[in-house]
Amino acid sequence: MTTIPQTTLTSAATGKRSGILRQASSILVLLFLVLFPLAATNFVTFQITMLLVYAIAILALNILTGGSGQFSLGQSAFFAIGAYTSAVLVEHGGVNYLLTLPIAAAVCFVIGFLFGLPALRLSGVYLALATFALATAMPQLLKLHYFDPWTGGVQGLVTSKPDAPFGLPISPDTWLYYLTLAFSLAIYAAAANLLSSRTGRAMMAIRDNEIAASAMGVDTALYKTLAFGISAAITGIAGALGAIAVQFVAPDGYTFQLSIALFLGMVVGGVGWLPGSIAGSAFIVFVPNIAESISKGLSGAVFGVLILLVIFVIPRGARQIAEFLQATIEGKRGGA
Amino acid sequence: MELLTNQILAGIATGSIYACMALSVVMIYQAIDHLNFAQGEMATFSAFVAWQLMQWGIPFWPCFVLTVIISFAAGVAIERGLFRPLAKASVLTNVAGFIALFAIVNSVTGMTWDYTIKEFPSPFGSSQFLRSELINSHQAGMIGVTSLLLAFLYCFLGFTKVGLAMRAAVSTPESAKLVGINVGWMVALGWGLASSIGAVAGMLIAPVVFLEPNMMGGILVYGFAGAVLGGLSSPAGAVLGGILVGVFENLIGTYVPGAGNELKLPIALALIILVLRFRPDGLFGRNVVERV
Repeated sequence: MTTIPQTTLTSAATGKRSGILRQASSILVLLFLVLFPLAATNFVTFQITMLLVYAIAILALNILTGGSGQFSLGQSAFFAIGAYTSAVLVEHGGVNYLLTLPIAAAVCFVIGFLFGLPALRLSGVYLALATFALATAMPQLLKLHYFDPWTGGVQGLVTSKPDAPFGLPISPDTWLYYLTLAFSLAIYAAAANLLSSRTGRAMMAIRDNEIAASAMGVDTALYKTLAFGISAAITGIAGALGAIAVQFVAPDGYTFQLSIALFLGMVVGGVGWLPGSIAGSAFIVFVPNIAESISKGLSGAVFGVLILLVIFVIPRGARQIAEFLQATIEGKRGGA
Repeated sequence: MELLTNQILAGIATGSIYACMALSVVMIYQAIDHLNFAQGEMATFSAFVAWQLMQWGIPFWPCFVLTVIISFAAGVAIERGLFRPLAKASVLTNVAGFIALFAIVNSVTGMTWDYTIKEFPSPFGSSQFLRSELINSHQAGMIGVTSLLLAFLYCFLGFTKVGLAMRAAVSTPESAKLVGINVGWMVALGWGLASSIGAVAGMLIAPVVFLEPNMMGGILVYGFAGAVLGGLSSPAGAVLGGILVGVFENLIGTYVPGAGNELKLPIALALIILVLRFRPDGLFGRNVVERV
């Protein structure tokens, strides 16, 4: 009996309290991300850099799927295009690596937009199919001998690692880490703004009911293609950052398996929940190592089983866990 | 002229494999409205099962029949265990389910039989067929077996009671239920059939591309291209689409300079995009009108 007034009380205070909780946890995560390289080895720093890179790519997929409700199994292709754009420009064009990032984004945006054009008329299944074919064909496209002089064919391209600018007393790995972190934060903020803007709302209207959205005057074709292009552009930046950090690009590094991993990261992190991108990314960076230690060669199966576990047990991924934790914490406070 | 005939016949031979893959994709698509991205991996798995049975000393044709039966059972089991619980879930969840299936089957195949390339015997040999220069006996065998399979399916779906029930369950599930058809089991039956057709395709193409866990990846993309070209709502169209894609692929490989093996997948991709762009329902599909 006494629980009833209590719940009404807590629900009144929940808005404020969950806001504080959310802010506190984001500040904690941010502090950790900024400070940890001081205590970590170069290898760990490199790993966390890659974690951020994949988090950006998963965020891009989240904008597409969570935002506009379209599917892409072809993110590995845009990741590859971004990576190659950066590597080729640095190696053959002598372009500064920082400049290659916006160029990679622009190239991927154009290709994504053009590829998304047929998507204007397609339902989710067809788009999934077309992007599946794109991801499967991409390694072969990169191996084409016409492009050999630039791409290095099957062998790929090796690039050099940039040093920290202005004579900063930090190692190249740490510098790349902070660079990636800065890009991640900027892209995260931009994505959050995008989704709460007019464009984002139009996308979400399409996601929820395309026919209703078009009846309300949303240009569904434009926004669907735009979502595809933006997602491709962000994936391209991730690919370029990844190429700079790894210092190596090769066609077989960007197979359909990468698309699977990014897709899994999104599902694990919670579809449409931007903070989930980093949780999903941590998952796809660290779980394969664990899976490999359980059984070598079976990591694909462990991946698959984990996807099934997530969709059957916690269909909303990390978001569900976060909400559950939040509810428990608040529940305790409310009871005290 | 001889080269042209030769290439067309060879195209029909590989096209019949694409046709099988397209057909199995369309059967599942018709039953549950989702594309089975794991169809290729399932077919690879079946081919490995056949190889294993042969390693144990069983001759080819008994192996063939056994593998088809095992694949049928596996297909039904996958539907019952995995996709039946997901029937009401969103498209995203289903795509995730298929991706999971892809990863699991691929990895289990690689784990069990490792990634080295294996030779898969052909029951037809590779001599010239009927002493003609145009086509070898394995290619003729692929066309023959596929034709038999299609004839069987045509009779099964067209002239048996179960076939009629299956078609009813696919076209109007609600009404089918009302006249006493067990729609759920009809869907499972569709999965079983699709899985068996895939197994036949896998066993027929394995002698050509050699057996390894990723052998069907590219072939499935061609199967998709065939299915899209023919129309995802038309099984007969999918078969024809698959064969057309096979012929098309061979002709381009022969007559367009520089477009050899390395352009195979990009061509399939371009074909898929072109068809989706200009005729999304395919050559033989019907336009599905959505009720608001």
